[in-house]
Amino acid sequence: MRYIRGFGRFWWDFIIGDDWRVAAGIALALALTKLLTSNGTNAWWLLPAAVAVLLVATVRRGARDPLTTTQEPTPGSETSGDGA
Amino acid sequence: MTSTVILFLAVFAASAVEAVEALTIVLAVGVTRAWRSTLWGVAAATLVLAAVVAALGPALKTIPIDTLRLVVGALLLVFGMQWLRKAILRASGYVGLHDEEAAFERSRAQASAAGEERRAGMDWYSFTVAFKGVLLEGLEVAFIVVTFGATEGHLGVAIVAAAAAAALVVVVGVAVRGPLARVPENTLKYAVGVLLTSFGTFWGAEGAGVEWPGADAAILGVVGLVALLSLTVTWLFRRRRAHALRPSAGAA
Repeated sequence: MRYIRGFGRFWWDFIIGDDWRVAAGIALALALTKLLTSNGTNAWWLLPAAVAVLLVATVRRGARDPLTTTQEPTPGSETSGDGA
Repeated sequence: MTSTVILFLAVFAASAVEAVEALTIVLAVGVTRAWRSTLWGVAAATLVLAAVVAALGPALKTIPIDTLRLVVGALLLVFGMQWLRKAILRASGYVGLHDEEAAFERSRAQASAAGEERRAGMDWYSFTVAFKGVLLEGLEVAFIVVTFGATEGHLGVAIVAAAAAAALVVVVGVAVRGPLARVPENTLKYAVGVLLTSFGTFWGAEGAGVEWPGADAAILGVVGLVALLSLTVTWLFRRRRAHALRPSAGAA
C-alpha cells in the first residue's frame, strides 16, 4: 500500500507540481475552448487569456507563501516536473 | 521550419538544464565515493530513459493528431507553467536561485556521511543515487522529447537536440572537473518555461478545434505573448517585493 501511495505521489508531484489549481484551470479552459469551437466559435483567444490569468494567480500564491514552492532538492530526490 | 527550430531550441535548453543538475549529482557521488558504481548507475538510468522514449515515441504516433495535440498541449501547459512560476518567483526574489556549487557540496556531504554498502563489487549507494538522479532529471527531458517529437512529427530532431545538450554538458563538465555553476540556469529555465507554455497553448487550442489566425506562424505570436506576459509579471512582483522590503513599508 505504501508503494502504491508513493507511486501515485511521484506522478502527482511530477505532473501537477506545487499548484493543482493551474492544472484544474487549464483543464477547464481547454474544455471551454472545445465547447465553443464545437458551437462554431473560433475561440483562439480563450487559452492565452486563461494562461495569463492562471500565471498571475499562481505566482501571487507562490509569492504569498514561498514555502509551498518546491525548494532545493536533496540530490536525486526531486520529483516535480518543473526543472527545479 | 520555424517551429522545428523552436522545437530544437526548447528541447536543447530543457535537456541542458536537467543535464547540468544531473551532472552535479553524478560528480559529487563519483568524486566522493566510487566512480565505477556511479557510472553504472548513469548507464542504467540512460538505458531506462532510452527505453521510455523508444516505447512511447512510436506509440503516441498511433493516437489521432487532434487528441494527441489536446492531451500533449494540456500536459505541456501544466509543465511549462510550473517552470515559469518558479523561474518568475526566483527572478523576482521570492525563492532563492538554484546554486550548483551549494548543491554539489550538499551531495558530497551526504555521500561522505552515508554508510558503506558494498555487494558484488559495487557501491550501491553510488549506483542508486546516480541512477535516481539521472532518471528523475532525465524523465522530464524524455517527456518533452516524446511529446514534442510525436506532435510535430520530428522525434529524431527532438532526440538529437536532447542528446546534443547532454553531450555538451558532459564534455564541459569533464573539462572543468566540477559542477557547471556559471550556466545561467534560471534564464534557461525561464526560456524553457516560455517555450513549453507557448507550445502547450498552441497545440492544446488546436486539439480543441481552434484555427489560429495566421495558421502555423501563430506560434511566433504565442511565444512573444507568453514572453511579454512573463516579463511583465516578473517586473510587477519584483517591484512588489522591493516595496515590501522597504523599512517604511513594514512600519506603515
